[in-house]
Amino acid sequence: METAHEQAHESSNADHGMSTSGYVRIAMILAAITGLEVSTYYVDFGPLFLPALLIMMIIKFVMVVSYFMHLKFDNKIFSMMFYAGLILAIGVYCAALGTFKFFLS
Amino acid sequence: MWLFLGSECLLFGGLISTYMLYRGRVGTGPTPSQVFDIPFTSVSSFVLLMSSLTMVFAVSAAAKKDNRATSLWLTVTALLGATFVGGQVYEFAAFMSEGLGFTTSLFGSSFYVLTGFHGVHVTVGIIMLMAMVGILQRSEVPGEMSETIEMIGLYWHFVDVVWIIIFTLIYLIPA
Repeated sequence: METAHEQAHESSNADHGMSTSGYVRIAMILAAITGLEVSTYYVDFGPLFLPALLIMMIIKFVMVVSYFMHLKFDNKIFSMMFYAGLILAIGVYCAALGTFKFFLS
Repeated sequence: MWLFLGSECLLFGGLISTYMLYRGRVGTGPTPSQVFDIPFTSVSSFVLLMSSLTMVFAVSAAAKKDNRATSLWLTVTALLGATFVGGQVYEFAAFMSEGLGFTTSLFGSSFYVLTGFHGVHVTVGIIMLMAMVGILQRSEVPGEMSETIEMIGLYWHFVDVVWIIIFTLIYLIPA
């Protein structure tokens, strides 16, 4: 059973809404997703290959940004600044790639 | 810091887009599937991912004003980062020996520029981590630097996030 001291220690670890064990859990999930990503190199996922890889990449990205970079627990203005840059980058470069007919090839 | 990271998205977005456009332009040189060593790069990716966890521990220790633990976790993070950069140098050397030089093809040029830029970012992160360890060891007031360490942490996690994208789009999705 956890003592009051241990509970207080665990509580003091809780930076930005996450405990140490919470961070370890997130890291384990990220490692498992990486393992799944690598498995697509060896196992034929057929038509699911590309969407599965992209979805896993997005999940990993959001998890690191939300929990490790604690954007989820910070002021929303930081999220706006970061995601504005990200969305602008995705928009601009998708347009640039589209100009070169990248998505048609 | 978040504005800076947002602008970094634009930088890496440009480099990734350029690679995506040119990855099929191999000329007489080797193709991506001929040179990429997925198991090796997977291990490197795992190492960088775990360095994000140790960085979180360093930020957490700094918030608790635990100088000793902060220095320890910063050093572990720097070592994991150095392992990643070492792996990248080895990978570049292997690619060179297989005939993929910087000017061999558009694929080679765009690949080296993209992954090289990322490697430089990791190296800058390692320098910042080790500088912080040095500062902490001379600091007389523990915990004073917690906000600075948090900023370095954000930079380090961003470098990890960029690699998450590079690993999937460049290594795992074939040209």
